[in-house]
Amino acid sequence: MAADTELTPTKYIDHHLTHMTVQVKEGAFWALHLDTLVTSIILGIIGMGCVWLIVRRATPGVPSRRQAFVELMIEFIDNEVKNTFHGNRHVFVAPTALTVFVWVLLMNTMDIMPIDITAWVTENVFGLHYWKIVPTTDVNTTFALALTIWFLMIFFSVKVKGLGGWMYELFCTPFGKNPLLWILNLLFNFIEYVSKPLSHSLRLFGNIYAGEIIFLLLGMWAATGVAGAFFGAILGAGWAIFHILIVTLQAFIFMMLAVVYISMAHESH
Amino acid sequence: MNINFTLISQALAFSTFIWFTVKFVWPPLLRAIEERQKTIADGLAAGERGRHELELASQRATDILKEAKQQASDVILQAEKRASEIVEEAKRAAKEEGDRIISGAKADIHHEVFSAKEALRQHAAKLAVAGAEKILRREVDAKVHADILASIEEDLSNG
Repeated sequence: MAADTELTPTKYIDHHLTHMTVQVKEGAFWALHLDTLVTSIILGIIGMGCVWLIVRRATPGVPSRRQAFVELMIEFIDNEVKNTFHGNRHVFVAPTALTVFVWVLLMNTMDIMPIDITAWVTENVFGLHYWKIVPTTDVNTTFALALTIWFLMIFFSVKVKGLGGWMYELFCTPFGKNPLLWILNLLFNFIEYVSKPLSHSLRLFGNIYAGEIIFLLLGMWAATGVAGAFFGAILGAGWAIFHILIVTLQAFIFMMLAVVYISMAHESH
Repeated sequence: MNINFTLISQALAFSTFIWFTVKFVWPPLLRAIEERQKTIADGLAAGERGRHELELASQRATDILKEAKQQASDVILQAEKRASEIVEEAKRAAKEEGDRIISGAKADIHHEVFSAKEALRQHAAKLAVAGAEKILRREVDAKVHADILASIEEDLSNG
């Protein structure tokens, strides 16, 4: 921890919420949160790599326990996708949903890690003073995912309906094709196109960030003495157990919204 | 909470992971699952077929059993009918035989009675003649009254 002076609650929280940042180029935009990027990529490689290693040896016969687990997860996701998306889901949508779910779930799960222990490890083992290990508490991550889904949405809209069809939808739905309504329709669609990635990303970010803050507050309480440590530990355990539900639920919601948005792009209004 | 280059790098990472899953993770598992589903479906179909065949066989067995029962009861019925016929026939034959025996016996009895009567009559006639002879020996010449005696004898014989 930053211990050049006395450790105040503000400094404690500040320390935990500061990213390890490198500057790619000059300018505020060209900052890169290395901790977010590296952690998320490691988690993605672990998650998708494990699934890949298991799936590579998948047999149509009696599955091993690991294969059965992966199949269970994939069939669960596949079922959800099947209920929402009515095209050939195996080409793109279902694997994308799997990626989103596994990756976001792993990134969210980092939230349950004991914050001060991981901070101690990153500081004393890897020598990194600032290192946030929960990529989804970085709004860049959630926006990156939501915007990728957003671009996919527009891509599939144009691909399925053609550029003309997409334009027609922008100008002539949902109110009608009267030229007087064109501006209104466009405005409406514009709001929809803006609100989708915003709500998509901020929902995930908000939930996980809030969870992180609660853990930090409980950690601060633990610093006040024996009683604080005791109740902080109990509440922290309770919150962590409850958080298992939240991280899974948020990963699932994020995946479902991605599937719904891409499905909507495939269907005409 | 500032948007920066992290966003673009994360988007690239995300796209890479999606590409990886689409290309390498999903197809093999889907193949395995589909193949297994096919195997299971085949197995179920075979089971269904077996069940159907069993049903047919048991149906056939029931039919055969029913037919056999029908035949057996027919046979029994015929046998019973035949048996009663035989009994009837035997009764009739016995009755005929009995009648015949009875009538034969009656005829015999009749004959016996007749011959007994005849014998008795002759005997009585002889006795009468003998008696008459004894009476008449004193007064009747046998030679003179021979024709009368013969006629008496004849009358008694016929009476």
